[in-house]
Amino acid sequence: MNRTKGDEEEYWNSSKFKAFTFDDEDDELSQLKESKRAVNSLRDFVDDDDDEDLERVSWSGEPVGSRTRPGSFQSLSDALSDTPAKSYAPELGRPKGEYRDYSNEWSPSDTVRRLRKGKVCSLERFRSLQDKLQLLEEAVSMHDGNVITAVLIFLKRTLSKEILFRELEVRQIALRHFIHFLKEIGDQKLLLDLFKFLDRTEELALSHYREHLNIQDPEKRKEFLKTCIGLPFSAEDSAHIQDHYTLLERQIIIEANDRHLESAGQTEIFRKHPRKASILNMPLVTTLFYSCFYHYMEAEGTFSSPINLKKTFKIPDKQYVLTALAARAKLRAWHDVDALFTTKNWLGYTKKRAPIGFHRVVEILHKNSAPVQILQEYVNLVEDVDTKLNLATKFKCHDVVIDTCRDLKDRQQLLAYRSKVDKGSAEEEKIDTILSSSQIRWKN
Amino acid sequence: MAAHLSYGRVNLNVLREAVRRELREFLDKCAGSKAIVWDEYLTGPFGLIAQYSLLKEHEVEKMFTLKGSRLPAADVKNIIFFVRPRLELMDIIAENVLSEDRRGPVRDFHILFVPRRSLLCEQRLKDLGVLGSFIHREEYSLDLIPFDGDLLSMESEGAFKECYLEGDQTSLYHAAKGLMTLQALYGTIPQIFGKGECARQVANMMIRMKREFTGSQNSIFPVFDNLLLLDRNVDLLTPLATQLTYEGLIDEIYGIQNSYVKLPPEKFAPKKQGDGGKDLPTEAKKLQLNSAEELYAEIRDKNFNAVGSVLSKKAKIISAAFEERHNAKTVGEIKQFVSQLPHMQAARGSLANHTSIAELIKDVTTSEDFFDKLTVEQEFMSGIDTDKVNNYIEDCIAQKHPLTKVLRLLCLQSVCNSGLKQKVLDYYKREILQTYGYEHILTLYNLEKAGLLKPQTGGRNNYPTIRKTLRLWMDDVNEQNPTDISYVYSGYAPLSVRLAQLLSRPGWRSIEEVLRILPGPHFEERQPLPTGLQKKRQPGENRVTLIFFLGGVTFAEIAALRFLSQLEDGGTEYVIATTKLMNGTSWIEALMEKPF
Repeated sequence: MNRTKGDEEEYWNSSKFKAFTFDDEDDELSQLKESKRAVNSLRDFVDDDDDEDLERVSWSGEPVGSRTRPGSFQSLSDALSDTPAKSYAPELGRPKGEYRDYSNEWSPSDTVRRLRKGKVCSLERFRSLQDKLQLLEEAVSMHDGNVITAVLIFLKRTLSKEILFRELEVRQIALRHFIHFLKEIGDQKLLLDLFKFLDRTEELALSHYREHLNIQDPEKRKEFLKTCIGLPFSAEDSAHIQDHYTLLERQIIIEANDRHLESAGQTEIFRKHPRKASILNMPLVTTLFYSCFYHYMEAEGTFSSPINLKKTFKIPDKQYVLTALAARAKLRAWHDVDALFTTKNWLGYTKKRAPIGFHRVVEILHKNSAPVQILQEYVNLVEDVDTKLNLATKFKCHDVVIDTCRDLKDRQQLLAYRSKVDKGSAEEEKIDTILSSSQIRWKN
Repeated sequence: MAAHLSYGRVNLNVLREAVRRELREFLDKCAGSKAIVWDEYLTGPFGLIAQYSLLKEHEVEKMFTLKGSRLPAADVKNIIFFVRPRLELMDIIAENVLSEDRRGPVRDFHILFVPRRSLLCEQRLKDLGVLGSFIHREEYSLDLIPFDGDLLSMESEGAFKECYLEGDQTSLYHAAKGLMTLQALYGTIPQIFGKGECARQVANMMIRMKREFTGSQNSIFPVFDNLLLLDRNVDLLTPLATQLTYEGLIDEIYGIQNSYVKLPPEKFAPKKQGDGGKDLPTEAKKLQLNSAEELYAEIRDKNFNAVGSVLSKKAKIISAAFEERHNAKTVGEIKQFVSQLPHMQAARGSLANHTSIAELIKDVTTSEDFFDKLTVEQEFMSGIDTDKVNNYIEDCIAQKHPLTKVLRLLCLQSVCNSGLKQKVLDYYKREILQTYGYEHILTLYNLEKAGLLKPQTGGRNNYPTIRKTLRLWMDDVNEQNPTDISYVYSGYAPLSVRLAQLLSRPGWRSIEEVLRILPGPHFEERQPLPTGLQKKRQPGENRVTLIFFLGGVTFAEIAALRFLSQLEDGGTEYVIATTKLMNGTSWIEALMEKPF
């Protein structure tokens, strides 16, 4: 960092630093004046420190000798202050030259060391860019995040944005601390400027997008999401962000409409199944479920129809079928369930087909407490015999178990199952009939 | 007293006493009666070093939880805020101070930052116009908290995120400071080993801090022979897998916080006849778990499958001991029996508790879903089908299992495949965003930045090389009488602990190739000792290694290290330190993005 004097001047002039300030405790002072304690402490402060150099005046935290100062005057470094100076202490009356003499006592490295020990001391007298940067480098070399942050706050306040950014760019550790600090204090604007400067476009985009989490009003959130579209996300993420916006836009329309329908009390589905919560800000799959539950029969043209959602968001078949199944099963609309898996071929024959596998269909139906006759129908459609038998046993589809054992010619398993059905039940009778049949060639 | 802290090779009670002394000194500075207003997060860690009785002795009369608006009434002279240096807490404190009733008696305010004062926070207090109201503003450097005879933690939940995501080294600085405190109490550690970027930083800070302390030569005979600093990101795999030790499973299922666990009360209802009509207790059963409890110390580190047999053996011993009363004939015999009763009753209580806990855990481990999940994890760790979309994970998403569970498995797959194919990653991402919400883009980005979930670059999968060289997957694992650390995950040997094991014997030179694949530098530093303090080890005497996990450690890893400590010819005993005791779920949660 060897800059010529001229350069320094230039930096200096372009920085935002106004004039050096030191103890600017005006707000605290007025508070302190309110109580006796404060007055005492001020007296202490003046008495104690009258003969000491300025720096010692403004740090605190360390007990001074063995004396205990009742309510010792605590002040934070003027390095951290934003308010202009107020003169109330005799030190402030000192001529500038004299002040300079005092200020030169602490080098940047001394200052950093003192900060680290929890002593608060003035950073304001580091006026040249070179000094400021040395201060930062000292802080970084100490690795103490607290001190690094303190110095960064000082630099943030006294350097112009352009210079600060440029210098941080070549100091990666300090830069990372600065970014963390900005996130911490929520200075979103400066953070975005910084990412822009550093050309870290994806972080810029994500950081901007992140803000939507703090916007509660759906209309405002939607408008905000709109501003995210077109930001430099990765190609994949761009599509997701667009979908996020579109989804909320839809939800707002659906919500307004359904709230109206519900309160009018004319629509059966809302009367029978009042909505538990608003659909706003719910994930896509939840929205699809909602639409399959309340708007299943709607034509594709409406925003709330499941088919429309499927097309708009390119929801894969599997996902769609799973969700629709869960919704219709919950309503016990078995006819819809049936239709979901029925396909007609060109000759008009119907066939059952499930992109998710019928074992999954059975599980979902069971979860929604479908009656045995319905379950049985779908258990029978499971292709793998072992899985079929397992499911049938698990969900007590007796007929399926019995028929499957018979088809497998598995006498042992059938015998074993006999003990599991109720005594004197129709199932037991059926098993007995099969067991005594002479038509079957048992394999065991 | 915390006797269990002194059972180990290193007496950690010394550290506990030192931090207690510091606390007393601070309390005495604020003369007169006091009320403490707590940052709730701190009460757990503080509970490990001081009971209420200690505070009471120093005139603490009331305790409150830090909350907005006005402070509760308390007729005390001092109000002390015990807080972490966090901005949002400063806002609450300011609210408290500003709404103080000025007509009432004047109360003195103080603030104690744990573990450090923060200039940023003080600035915030100043902006809110209350900074001048505090008489004492100090810090209490509770960096390393003793949890057990061989275990220290900083309990800093944000450490991993700060270090590996934000690049903020503050928690590393605290780690280094904690290590300096340890050296002040237990002597200079002559040798430092490390692996990883953060490890390197901490070693640098320690060396620098030591230089600054010149003048005050440490004259304490060194207790530790060496220090091993390990970055969590050197081994991202281990915490993702489900821990299968007893303590590990308790943590996975119920979460252990500051050595306490809260359990569903039903299983702990007193079994008395005739009061069937009584209501079951509704409040969670809270138990402390540490080696002060003999039975727990014995079973905590076992594979869960080996716990049942120990419990039933204990049950037999205890009932036999109670039967002894029939044999006691003489007064002397009866007297002896009676003198043993309290111990026996405690043992019986402890046995009853752990039998209940084991039952609770068994309900989970025998479930179909647990089995399926474990199967997938073990397939990934042994290198099977890590490169394609996994059916089980897909099902978990479709059934909307907790997102943390899905992410944990997904990260495991990614780590075991050195990243996923872009196509596979994109598919998972899409499923997750559509099912759990688009805002999780932010979380996925964090996971990617931390290296947990990423696209494969260069198309090369290094995991098989690492797995084979470090013998991370062991097919023949003995859960009952283990011969290798892999028992803690029923087959998978935690990478981090394997590194420690290989360092102690035969040394890292044997695995140079793998060390180069793993992220960050590996290094060795020596801290010279004056001749008077150099140790002459007796033949057969074990070395003591302090192993510091930067970014967190799991109970299963701790169990594996204890296993190594107990090996007869192991040659090394371990004391474990970490920034946070964690498991895969708490880890992922810490990386998830929440509103500001």
